[in-house]
Amino acid sequence: MSASAEADRRAGALGRGRIIGGVAAGLGARLGVDPVLIRIVFVVLSLAGGAGVLLYGVLWAFTSIGSATPVEGRRPASLQQAAALGLITLGVLFLLRELGLWFGDSLVFPVALAAIGSAIVWTRGDEADRTRWSRVTARIPGGHALATATSGPASPVRLLIGTLLVAGAVAGFLAAQDGLGALRDLGFAVVAALGGLALLFGPWLWGLVDQLGLERRERIRQEERAELAAHLHDSVLQTLALIQRSADQPRRMVALARRQERELRSWLYGQRDSLHQQTSLQAAAEQVVEEVEAVHDLQIDVVVVGDAPLDDRVLALLAAMREACVNAAKHAGVATASVYVEVEDDQVTAFVRDRGDGFELATVPEHRRGVRDSIIGRLDRHGGHGRVWSTPGEGTEIELCVPRSRNSNHHHSTEQQA
Amino acid sequence: MTRAIRVFLVDDHRLFRAGVRAELGPHVTIVGDAGDVDTAIQGIRQTKPDVVLLDVHMPGGGGRAVIQAVHETLPDVRFLALSVSDAAEDVIAVIRAGARGYVTKTISPDDLVSAIGRVHQGDAVFSPRLAGFVLDAFAGDLPAGVSSEDPELDQLTTREKEVLRHIARGYTYKEVASRLFISVKTVETHVSAVLRKLQLSNRHELTAWAAGRDLL
Repeated sequence: MSASAEADRRAGALGRGRIIGGVAAGLGARLGVDPVLIRIVFVVLSLAGGAGVLLYGVLWAFTSIGSATPVEGRRPASLQQAAALGLITLGVLFLLRELGLWFGDSLVFPVALAAIGSAIVWTRGDEADRTRWSRVTARIPGGHALATATSGPASPVRLLIGTLLVAGAVAGFLAAQDGLGALRDLGFAVVAALGGLALLFGPWLWGLVDQLGLERRERIRQEERAELAAHLHDSVLQTLALIQRSADQPRRMVALARRQERELRSWLYGQRDSLHQQTSLQAAAEQVVEEVEAVHDLQIDVVVVGDAPLDDRVLALLAAMREACVNAAKHAGVATASVYVEVEDDQVTAFVRDRGDGFELATVPEHRRGVRDSIIGRLDRHGGHGRVWSTPGEGTEIELCVPRSRNSNHHHSTEQQA
Repeated sequence: MTRAIRVFLVDDHRLFRAGVRAELGPHVTIVGDAGDVDTAIQGIRQTKPDVVLLDVHMPGGGGRAVIQAVHETLPDVRFLALSVSDAAEDVIAVIRAGARGYVTKTISPDDLVSAIGRVHQGDAVFSPRLAGFVLDAFAGDLPAGVSSEDPELDQLTTREKEVLRHIARGYTYKEVASRLFISVKTVETHVSAVLRKLQLSNRHELTAWAAGRDLL
């Protein structure tokens, strides 16, 4: 928390943004200038024979507390404003110098320079600046503390400029006091020593950094290998063991092998997210089928023609499709089924087909309820339809259809990705 | 009945070749196998098989390289692509090179034997997946700026689309025939016509999945 923010908190009862009399804040609000700049101007002018203090007092007297409007959030100082204010201050300084209200060149100019430098560092940047700064500091160990200490007011560029100005001010002050000569000698000594050290230890340091990079890459590679080994052990080897034990159950063997193949494939070629994270109908349809296959003893061939974003209607179609696949797994009594999905301009259609037992719609009331509620009813609610063809002994085909919304809401594809 | 058909097997997985040999052994005559493109080309030239079972993906150019090397000199050799699930453009590329069909490796042995028989007779073998790929490839209108030398080639007829949709839904040729009230022969004619269009049309260069890709 910065000093001014701290002050804000303390002065909360008096009105926001006030430190002493709220003059700078009020003036800043009136002029649309960052109050910090105005405060700095007052400080500089105060050094000029106390003119700043006088001015502050006069302005305070003229601003009545009652009419002091609470300052809305500070507006960042633009470069233009800062420059204008700087020039005005400079002008006033020269005027005061002419008038003799002056502590002496050797003090005023360096202090003014230092004040400007610190202003550049301490004035709050805009929001973008601040987040960038906090991102930068977050990456340095202990950077967070640094960010809070400076309350995120400056970008690295501002820091640099400010530091240069302050350094210049200090140098100027020392020069005025004849202390610069000593400092220059010291500077040369330091630079020479640093140069010697660089020559001595530079190559060794460079090698060390290189070595560290190499070791890090090697470690990452080893971790990947370990992860692969662990995955193969957990899944593939276990499955192979299971397959060996179920040699007398060919269907179970096929199901195990198929499930393992899918798992390994999705593990090798990218992580699968949840259905709502999928962005395309193709991927989502394949995932629905995989999930059904994983739970039930059924192989499903999937063919998808065309593609569409996932909107509510498509998701409803996929849910009905899942239900139809589960029905085939439970009731058809066969090992395979086919799923076909086609995207057309005005609708999306899906077929789920098996060559299983089939059923008479009229004779299976509870099953029909399932079909009616979770398949046909669901599609009706989304403006689509579901149809069932089934012949006992020949199999079943369920047709699912939803209309396509031209301006489909990309809820699931975009917002959740963000 | 098909024991007389001479089959050559090309796949870079030795285990898979052994499995297919064991499955097909009683039904066809396997005259040889190969695990890479060069060996395959040599073997096919030597044995002159009726049908080559061909993996889509292989080191050294894949199934397409094998077909291109022997198709000109041995026009009677038929190719059937057999592969795990692949990207559409790879499968279409193998078909365009001259393969008469595409089936996935999960096909049952009986179905594979009958597919080999059909390819041997000169028919096209469309698995549901291939039917889906083709429907995708011929979807939509021809984009502007594409020269269509033969408009007939660049789109499917309504009947052809109907047949393909049924195949994609998992129907056999026989089932498609009875559903559409046509003969199995007519279904095969439609499918062969689609295969011809797929091999000769310029359309593959403009489909959504081939956009921006060089199919060579």
